Amino acid sequence: MDKVIVTAAGIFTIAWIIRFFLFSKKEAFKASVSSGVQEVMIKVKGGYDPDLIVAKAGKPLRLRFTREEESSCTEMVVFGAFNKSAKLPPYEEVTVELLPEKPGEYEFSCQMGMIRGKLVVE
Amino acid sequence: MMKKRVAPSATTGVSKDHKGEVRIELPVIMTCSTCSITLDRSLRALDGVSEANVNYALQKAFVTYDPARITIARLVKTIRDAGYEVGAEKVSLKITGMTCASCVTKIEDALKACPGVIRADVNLGSSSANIEYLPSMTDMESLGKSIESVGYKVSAEDAPSKEEDAKLREYRTLFRKFIVAAVISLPVVVVSYPQFFPLLRDMDMNTLRLLWIGASVLTIPALVYSGSSFFKGAVAAFRHRSADMNTLIALGTGMAWLFSTVVVLFPDIFPENAREPYFDVVSVVIGLVVLGQALELRAKGRTSEAIKKLMGLQAKTARVIREGKELDIPIEEVLVGDVIIVRPGEKIPVDGELVEGHSSVDESMLTGEPLPAEKKEGDEVIGGTINKTGAFKFKATKVGKDTALAQIIKMVQDAQGSKAPIQKLADTVSGYFVPVVMVIAVASFVLWYDVGPEPRIIMALLASVTTLIVACPCALGLATPTSLMIGVGKAAENGILIRNGEAIQVASALDTVVLDKTGTITIGRPTLTDVINSEGFNEEEIIGYAASLEKNSEHPLAEAILEGAKSRSIAPSDPKDFKAIPGHGVEGIVDGHKIDLGNRKLMDMIGADSGALMENSDRLAGEGKTPMFISIDGKAAGVIAVSDPLKEDSIEAIQKLKGLGVEVVMISGDNKRTAEAIAKKVGIERVLAEVLPEDKAREVKKLQMEGRKVAFVGDGINDAPALARADVGMAIGTGTDVAIEASDITLIKGSLLGIAAAFNISKSTMKNVKENLFGAFFYNTALIPVAAGILYPVWGITINPILAGAAMALSSVTVVSNANRLRFLKVR
Repeated sequence: MDKVIVTAAGIFTIAWIIRFFLFSKKEAFKASVSSGVQEVMIKVKGGYDPDLIVAKAGKPLRLRFTREEESSCTEMVVFGAFNKSAKLPPYEEVTVELLPEKPGEYEFSCQMGMIRGKLVVE
Repeated sequence: MMKKRVAPSATTGVSKDHKGEVRIELPVIMTCSTCSITLDRSLRALDGVSEANVNYALQKAFVTYDPARITIARLVKTIRDAGYEVGAEKVSLKITGMTCASCVTKIEDALKACPGVIRADVNLGSSSANIEYLPSMTDMESLGKSIESVGYKVSAEDAPSKEEDAKLREYRTLFRKFIVAAVISLPVVVVSYPQFFPLLRDMDMNTLRLLWIGASVLTIPALVYSGSSFFKGAVAAFRHRSADMNTLIALGTGMAWLFSTVVVLFPDIFPENAREPYFDVVSVVIGLVVLGQALELRAKGRTSEAIKKLMGLQAKTARVIREGKELDIPIEEVLVGDVIIVRPGEKIPVDGELVEGHSSVDESMLTGEPLPAEKKEGDEVIGGTINKTGAFKFKATKVGKDTALAQIIKMVQDAQGSKAPIQKLADTVSGYFVPVVMVIAVASFVLWYDVGPEPRIIMALLASVTTLIVACPCALGLATPTSLMIGVGKAAENGILIRNGEAIQVASALDTVVLDKTGTITIGRPTLTDVINSEGFNEEEIIGYAASLEKNSEHPLAEAILEGAKSRSIAPSDPKDFKAIPGHGVEGIVDGHKIDLGNRKLMDMIGADSGALMENSDRLAGEGKTPMFISIDGKAAGVIAVSDPLKEDSIEAIQKLKGLGVEVVMISGDNKRTAEAIAKKVGIERVLAEVLPEDKAREVKKLQMEGRKVAFVGDGINDAPALARADVGMAIGTGTDVAIEASDITLIKGSLLGIAAAFNISKSTMKNVKENLFGAFFYNTALIPVAAGILYPVWGITINPILAGAAMALSSVTVVSNANRLRFLKVR
């Protein structure tokens, strides 16, 4: 009997892990536009908040990062597709300016690629 | 008695007895004229601002405000919030004499009281002040004075950067966490294995249980203090619906603690042989992982040594002459056009052109060139290099972020943060890694529980905890970036600037190098060497006409002819109807005579009989010189030859490249004979001659179609398409011209030896990356299944969770240490 319970619980947990971590829908955050520049404030703490950013193509995009922790994991943010990266000193705002020209999905991450965010250009 | 000075207000920067409004100008960086209107509006909307004028052309905001009601800092914040940058200077000063937190406030207040200071952060831990100020209103000297006025000293030493500071603090915290976990672990380990210790061995179950309850309580600080970052990190990641290393460690140790505590509190719910707690796993694993993180952080610190070295090259002050006076000013305040004095042994503060005196300058720190360069009037000097022998004055041409050094630093930083294509797999894997490990952990628990040996619950728990702990996503993520960082830095130390990780990866796999002749293999400054006249014409006449024709041309060959005329004291006259015939030469009218200057094709075209001159022309070409025919009024009058000397080390460099197994191809616009003669001299077999500049890219493409991976090396001026077309474009920069857009790799020092060095570094870096990736993948794919118990059914092998913790801690340290080996690479 106990084996059945453990097995069932195990299968349920596995299903939950897969659904929760791998197939979750993230909330998209639209970049605000003012005087021709798109802007998003991003909080960095164990992840990027927001981590799914929607921006328009062809307009400069300013991403203002503030790293609110000292753990060195998040000390750098890398935009591979734009060949851009920035060091994020703790508790300081750092602006990364990009010019997204082509619509598409661009990932950004910490240097090790463990912490990720996505930039969707429309 | 002296009258006490009224201290200016700490918040407004203006003294209290100052009544009424003040007008200031703020430098604002704007990109469009509509910006100025928006900004204007936001400034006027502020309470306390009576007038605001934003001038786009001047890039300035003029604000009239009441200091009693609003601060400069607030104005600056408004401008920044509107999305514009204020041209303020940032400076970090090291302060001595600080002892307590009240010192911090005292200094901060004193600094904020200086007019023009926008922000002042004083840090007791690093004894430093980070100050942001408007250079138009104050300078470093007055900042220093205001610190001294409250009883502290500004030290000449460099203040540690905020980043280093944060790193050092993190290291110390990690180490403290390790000590705490280690101290807790000692008694916990002892009571966890009572059978090995006299006294404990003989205790009855009830006493032992009491000890175990004690161990449960004792491990709480290990969890909430030493392991705090794992739990916090796990929660933060969970909120983002993601999981990382923190999640694994938090789950592993958390599960071990929970199970153990339940076992000691309610032993009856477990079978008799499964009533042992595992508190040792909790404290020892946390201790080991934290220690690993501390070691890793330390090793990682060394990976950015190169950039620190580069930054350290920057001079702090410059001695400029303004209004006839010599002034020592901070380097940030040097302007283009300032005349700067440099004495022997001093650092050259910015880029410029020498205007008075001569000296030899050690440029090895930027170019890797060991011999000092001789500098005379008109020569370029580079900021950050060291003046050796004589004193001289130079005029600043590039300052601030435009200097070669600043651009090099920027480029290296960008490259260090970039990604290499090889990383892609590791990146993809690490996106799924942690959830997959969790799934494996759960599955192994179920399997051990359902079909494993007794005590099943213990075996199942240990297997899943071990699986969680042994998995190391960090090693995977660290593998490429750490090696790249060191590789790129190492290259920079040798005068090689690599644009990004992709360039390094492609450069490691090249098999063909195309070298441009002029300016790459040769110096690029041809001189007139031979003049041969036909019968009826004389040498002077020929040079005179040739020089006159080329008088207004900027072609290097034209310059050689003009120089030649000058050295023979022949004054050229003005040409009329000057015309360049692409691929042939030039023609025009000089003193009423029609002059044509160019190759054989040009002579044939105009019908001049050059047959008698052919022998001479061929001989000159055979010597590697470039012969040109000249005709006067349609008659072949003679041949003049110019030659561009080889760079000293071209032959050696080409030998080295061949030694690396790379085929070397020379490309040149010169005639075939000349090109072949030069190629022979330097030992190149394959020559592409008579290639027009615009066709160079096509030749590169042809080579690529042969299945080759091609590097093109040129001077970056007129071969941009070829540089871009090649798999790796290498530009040979000279002096301060380092930001060559089209190139993937820039060799700061003009020498070709840099190419071999660049290959060498790329190859070694990629080898290192592969070792790291292999190690990380191998470690994880081998140990995770073993930890889950895959070897148990056959050989009875499992991993102890403590060993798993040690392995995990060691694996990422190993990756970083292996990358650090690159620092000792012999480049040349």
